[in-house]
Amino acid sequence: MADHGSADTGNAVEIIATDPGPRSAAVVPTDRPQNPGFPPERKRVADLDPAKEKQQERRVVAWFVVGIIGAVGAVAAYVAFPLDTRGSIDPSETRIVTLLIGLGIAIGLFGIGFGAVHWAKSLMHGHDLVEMRHPTRGSEETRAKAVAVFTAGNEESGFSRRKAIVGTLIGALAAFPLPGIVLFRGLAPKEDANDVLRHTMWKKGTRLTRDPSGTPIKASEVTLGSAFHVIPEGLNDSEHKLEEKAKAAVLLMRLKPEDLNPRKGREDWAYDGIVAYSKICTHVGCPVALYEQQTHHLLCPCHQSQFDITHEAEVIFGPAKRPLPQLPIYVDDEGYLRARSDFTEPVGPSFWEREH
Amino acid sequence: MSTTTAPAPNEQATRGTRFTSWAANYVDERTSMSGLVKELGRKIFPDHWSFMLGEVALYSFVVILLSGSFLTFFFQASMAEVEYDGSYVPLKGLEMSAAMQSTLNISFDLRGGLLIRQIHHWAALLFVASIGLHMLRVFFTGAFRKPREVNWLVGFLLFVLAMAEGFTGYSLPDDLLSGNGLRIIDGMVKGVPFFGTWISYLLFGGEFPGTQIVGRLYTLHILLLPAILVALLGVHMLLLIVNKHTQFAGPGRTNDNVVGSPIMPVFAAKAGGFFFIVFGVIALVAATVTINPIWAYGPYDPSPVSAGTQPDWYIGFADGALRLVPPGWELMLGPYTLSLNILVPILVLLVFLAAVAAYPFVEAWITNDKREHHIADRPRNAPTRTAIGAAGVTFYAGLWSAASSDLIATHFKLSIESVTHVIQAVTILGPIVAFFVTKRICLALQKKDREIALHGFESGRIVRLPGGEYIEVHEQLSEYERWRLVSFEEYHPVMVRPDARGRITQRAKLRSSLSSWFFEDRIAPVTQKELESGSHGHH
Repeated sequence: MADHGSADTGNAVEIIATDPGPRSAAVVPTDRPQNPGFPPERKRVADLDPAKEKQQERRVVAWFVVGIIGAVGAVAAYVAFPLDTRGSIDPSETRIVTLLIGLGIAIGLFGIGFGAVHWAKSLMHGHDLVEMRHPTRGSEETRAKAVAVFTAGNEESGFSRRKAIVGTLIGALAAFPLPGIVLFRGLAPKEDANDVLRHTMWKKGTRLTRDPSGTPIKASEVTLGSAFHVIPEGLNDSEHKLEEKAKAAVLLMRLKPEDLNPRKGREDWAYDGIVAYSKICTHVGCPVALYEQQTHHLLCPCHQSQFDITHEAEVIFGPAKRPLPQLPIYVDDEGYLRARSDFTEPVGPSFWEREH
Repeated sequence: MSTTTAPAPNEQATRGTRFTSWAANYVDERTSMSGLVKELGRKIFPDHWSFMLGEVALYSFVVILLSGSFLTFFFQASMAEVEYDGSYVPLKGLEMSAAMQSTLNISFDLRGGLLIRQIHHWAALLFVASIGLHMLRVFFTGAFRKPREVNWLVGFLLFVLAMAEGFTGYSLPDDLLSGNGLRIIDGMVKGVPFFGTWISYLLFGGEFPGTQIVGRLYTLHILLLPAILVALLGVHMLLLIVNKHTQFAGPGRTNDNVVGSPIMPVFAAKAGGFFFIVFGVIALVAATVTINPIWAYGPYDPSPVSAGTQPDWYIGFADGALRLVPPGWELMLGPYTLSLNILVPILVLLVFLAAVAAYPFVEAWITNDKREHHIADRPRNAPTRTAIGAAGVTFYAGLWSAASSDLIATHFKLSIESVTHVIQAVTILGPIVAFFVTKRICLALQKKDREIALHGFESGRIVRLPGGEYIEVHEQLSEYERWRLVSFEEYHPVMVRPDARGRITQRAKLRSSLSSWFFEDRIAPVTQKELESGSHGHH
């Protein structure tokens, strides 16, 4: 740090009223207007009138007293709501406890804050002081010394002479993080990520059940225009429930059979207008949970991709590209809906090796 | 600890002053503290309201540290499944992770716990917001110019870290919203070519959502990121002290001085008091306004999602970028899937952030200005920079508003398609319009300044002259007021000059053309001669 200014005030020197003159480093030194120098100091009321000064002082004191009251009030609010027998507060009181303790704390903080700022603005020595700047770069002398340090370091170690040492050092330093990177393989299980993404819980014969209760669904219960949130039977007892659900969640809808336009080979994937589509958006994986009954469009609430169920859930708007995968279904002898197989393609967001 | 080392106590010295001098002596003899106090104690800080924005960021970070430390004593960063048995009845008996349950317990079974949670969340929102405003202040006043380019970069990293802290913290309670946020991150990561699938797999410790992510994000949130953040904050403050603060032009102020209040006592009292005011505002908002009511969303489940949910505000621009992609942006490269609908928004965001980080270096190269700048520009006096900034803000605002496209559509009864199309257009065309409009406004304001400096301002006083002519009397500014209007520098475009070997390089040509673009429209500052002739001989 630079050493200048008068010793007793550190870096600062009292106001200098002389004209600082033109800039030392102006780019266009033509006829610039002259800096008029510092304006005359304006006194504050407290500087001129001792009575006002006293008044300001009382105000600062009042603010600090408010600070004390606020803090004490917050403690009082805390104590006023004792824990009940279970060791917790009544949830209906949460709002009021939060409000009262918070107000107390806020008032306590404001008291200190406003008091200190008011003190600074009304009573503390008010006029500006001036400190001179110096170029950020070190003086030539300092820089020469710094260069000398590096030169000495270089000579004494032979850093730039001993090429082989430096080269191998760089190599060793480059190699040293490698084991650390390899260790991070342990972040995930040993299975191939690609395999697990390709399969869901659905198998041939898995019954379609309601989300979240897990009760099976009869085709007769799926009335025209209705939509069911569906999970595979047994999901609730699965060991990895959320991971399975994140892939296997399905939306079941019933349209008029003539409204569906299945491609060749998929005519039997639906049952009398009942179709099941993956609920996991092919964009970034949000649940496509909004079904528009009239238009038969599915809307993803995250990024507004829209899928047309009458055309095999193809994308009609939004950032998604691929249609939602369809789950082939059939009805068993008892009338329950069952899956014909797993999805025939990976569900959810696209990934690099998806169609590999 | 003997008192014999203390200076001989003055006869009149009170107990208080005797203790103070003993303590000061004790510390100084062990730490050389007096040197630091001598150097920094009367350091000058200039005054301007916009200089408080960075202070708000610093103080809200302190509030985050305090409230966050409290929360760590109660929060359990575990995704182990538990049956909720806390006192919030509607969720009783529901299966959820220990993280969610402990967050509910903080909210409902810990007196003041909800308050601290809300203080933490509100302070985090304010933290990122104030960093953003602080960056805009620094940008529009040119306070990033030499010698402060490095500190701009440090500040930029702090901004990115603050957003990372925000996102990791948002994901911890493992409620429906945070889980959906992570689901989107998972989907984005999977869209990265070559590595995406594996990065997601490693990040989540297997398939999404897995049982690892909350614990891992917790480590990042309370250990790694804060450690880097605090270290960079230290560098940021250190460079602030080394470079000293910029100041706006004013009478007596030059590029070679700093005019303002000394740390001891005025600045310390104002800044210290301001810390309590910022803390107080956060506490007041946290006491009265609910934020992130996880009990209303319930535990994470991959199946339900509520429409109209919003991320924390600072993630909005990233979410919006995803929404604006038109349909069909996905390619097959042989057997591989290239998700342009994810890659393009990610790249756009990265390019935008990189442009923000690099701007000081780009402008310095274009202007070829190697001097130190300590006087903050008024935005109008750097029209092209201000216009670039306005374009950037418009672009960000476009992305940001896209994150609320569904809410805009439902509130104003518009179709989501038309809202999306309008925002797409605004995000692309808006910055161009903003650039030209802002530049023209800047130039017009400069002209107005020039007019006022030379001919005074309209006083509103109409006088009838003996000849019957009416005029409005113009009054002159004082020379102090006028200085604020006239004290800026005139720049000229960098000329193409041959280098040492007499050649004109492509680089020099590029710089010259960029430089002419940067400075082509400018209003010449008032000269002393004009001032002298202007202040006489007018009505």
